[in-house]
Amino acid sequence: MAATPTPLLELRGISVSFDGFWALNDLNLSLAPGELRAVIGPNGAGKTTFLDVITGKVRPTKGEVLFQGRSLVGIAEHRIARLGIGRKFQTPRVYQNLTPRRNLELAVSRRNGPLALLFGRLDSTARDRVQHLLEVVGLELLAHQRAGGLSHGQKQWLEIAMLVAQDPQLLLVDEPVAGLTDEETERTADLLRQLSGEHTVLVIEHDMEFIRDLRAPVTVLHEGHVLCQGSMDEVQNDPRVIEVYLGSETEGEFN
Amino acid sequence: MGDWLSNRTLRRVLPWVAIVIAALVLPVVLPPFRLNLLGRFLSLGIVALGIDLIWGFTGLLSLGQGIFFALGGYALGMHLQLNALAPGELPEFFSLYGVKILPAFWQPFSSPVFTLLCIWVLPALVAGVLGYLVFRNRIKGVYFSILTQAALLVFFNFFNGQQKLINGTNGLKTDTARLFGMLVGSDGAQRALFWLTVVLVIGSWFLCRWLTRGRFGDALIAIRDDEPRLRFTGYNPTAYKTVVFAVAGAMAGISGALYTVQSGIVSPQYMAVPFSIEMVIWVAVGGRGTLIGAVLGAVVINYAKSLVSEALPETWLFIQGGLFLLVVTALPDGLVGWWRGGGLGRLLAMVGRSPRAATYPELDLDPAVAAERRQLEGGEA
Repeated sequence: MAATPTPLLELRGISVSFDGFWALNDLNLSLAPGELRAVIGPNGAGKTTFLDVITGKVRPTKGEVLFQGRSLVGIAEHRIARLGIGRKFQTPRVYQNLTPRRNLELAVSRRNGPLALLFGRLDSTARDRVQHLLEVVGLELLAHQRAGGLSHGQKQWLEIAMLVAQDPQLLLVDEPVAGLTDEETERTADLLRQLSGEHTVLVIEHDMEFIRDLRAPVTVLHEGHVLCQGSMDEVQNDPRVIEVYLGSETEGEFN
Repeated sequence: MGDWLSNRTLRRVLPWVAIVIAALVLPVVLPPFRLNLLGRFLSLGIVALGIDLIWGFTGLLSLGQGIFFALGGYALGMHLQLNALAPGELPEFFSLYGVKILPAFWQPFSSPVFTLLCIWVLPALVAGVLGYLVFRNRIKGVYFSILTQAALLVFFNFFNGQQKLINGTNGLKTDTARLFGMLVGSDGAQRALFWLTVVLVIGSWFLCRWLTRGRFGDALIAIRDDEPRLRFTGYNPTAYKTVVFAVAGAMAGISGALYTVQSGIVSPQYMAVPFSIEMVIWVAVGGRGTLIGAVLGAVVINYAKSLVSEALPETWLFIQGGLFLLVVTALPDGLVGWWRGGGLGRLLAMVGRSPRAATYPELDLDPAVAAERRQLEGGEA
């Protein structure tokens, strides 16, 4: 990856302080266009804060976030999203009272102002995309049911579909397989691998089996900064990583 | 028995049939006094529709709709005060306070066109500006509610104290003014206003329906259910909230103007804190997010209020409080939500008149199961 000249996303010396607690501490990371990257780290390593900084929810105390060479610091969340950064949350966040189809129709829309939604119609390309995505995630028969009634796995997939519908250049995916069955987990890994290349994908996950399935470079976060980086095998055998993981009993499931 | 109750379409249509029949029959049957009351309460249905739009769909609980309601009422009230005057004359109350020259802001209200615009544009503007400032700073939930109530109090105190500008606490009377050559308080004019109210309530309903049915309405529901999610999808919720709050303000203004001419007066009491809270109760009782429930809530509660108050003047507040408690604890979707959810069938079942039992309804309705069944049947054939 080092050969790629301009990174799509670059974090330079990011630090975030919450009332004196440094959630992120001099974090440096860069993503090449089309890359698939996994980010792991024990609880409290700052994984979610790191996504909050990129998407504009949290303003870094120090440091710079560059997306295609442009600074994202201080830009409103919805503008960052429109620049081409999509985010999937830890718990599935779909609009419970809308149908899956309508969830996707909100996500697929290119023009997002009130007037555009009132007077504009989705063009046929967008409608086809929605239909296609419903089929991909296996929700076409449930397209007109309340999304709140879907199973947990279906909601996870619907949210991933919404993210894809947004067609962002950079997909930030926070724990996509939490609560999924093994089969669903495998399919999710396949889907994310397919998406990379055309999109840049950053995945945060606890499930090591899943990370291995991704066959992607892994970045390990610890106490708000990058501990090490490399392939899954390299990372797994790094003594620092072993120490960090064994030090916290919750994440000792390495093998 | 019971079978027709489980028909969803019928359950949706029936309230409408009842309303159309009521609208046709009541003007003939009711004496002018009762008809006038009904017209007033129907006009309150418009402000309630606006509250349903911002609260039921968008999740913004405003306790300050009285501001916009009163602004609409005052706009029309001022026009009517000026309407009857000969050139150079001033509305009567000004002489009480020794005002000799008509205040400048009264001048444009002698124009009927300006007034008709002002009735809804002014409240919409005030709501839009107020809303934008609040929403831009991401004030929401209970803080938003408190802020709207505080704004209401500011407006109330201002209007209450300005004798020399708008007759302060006494308000402006409209009954003796003339509108299109008719005395506003006359039976003929009141009947015409009743019909105008019916038309505008229906028009407002269609407006709200149009706003809430498509993707715009989906965005409102998304804001209510998960605003940050919508932000990260690339939408700016501030724009949506501002627009919808302004629309609700405009509807409150129209409602206030219609209420004013059918009540004969507009006064700062329209901005009293309890009145704006009552508006919210109408919507809660009728059913949040149902639109028609807002109108029904406004009409039914107010009609009940006037009937109860005539018979047992002291008891109404208790009944109103009880109704609110009932809705909060037992009927969270209000009366219309209860009805649409098949509540009547369940109630009949409770007293032994159960509707014909279906198998697991969820199973019957599940599209995946239906598709599977079709597939199996197709395979066997």
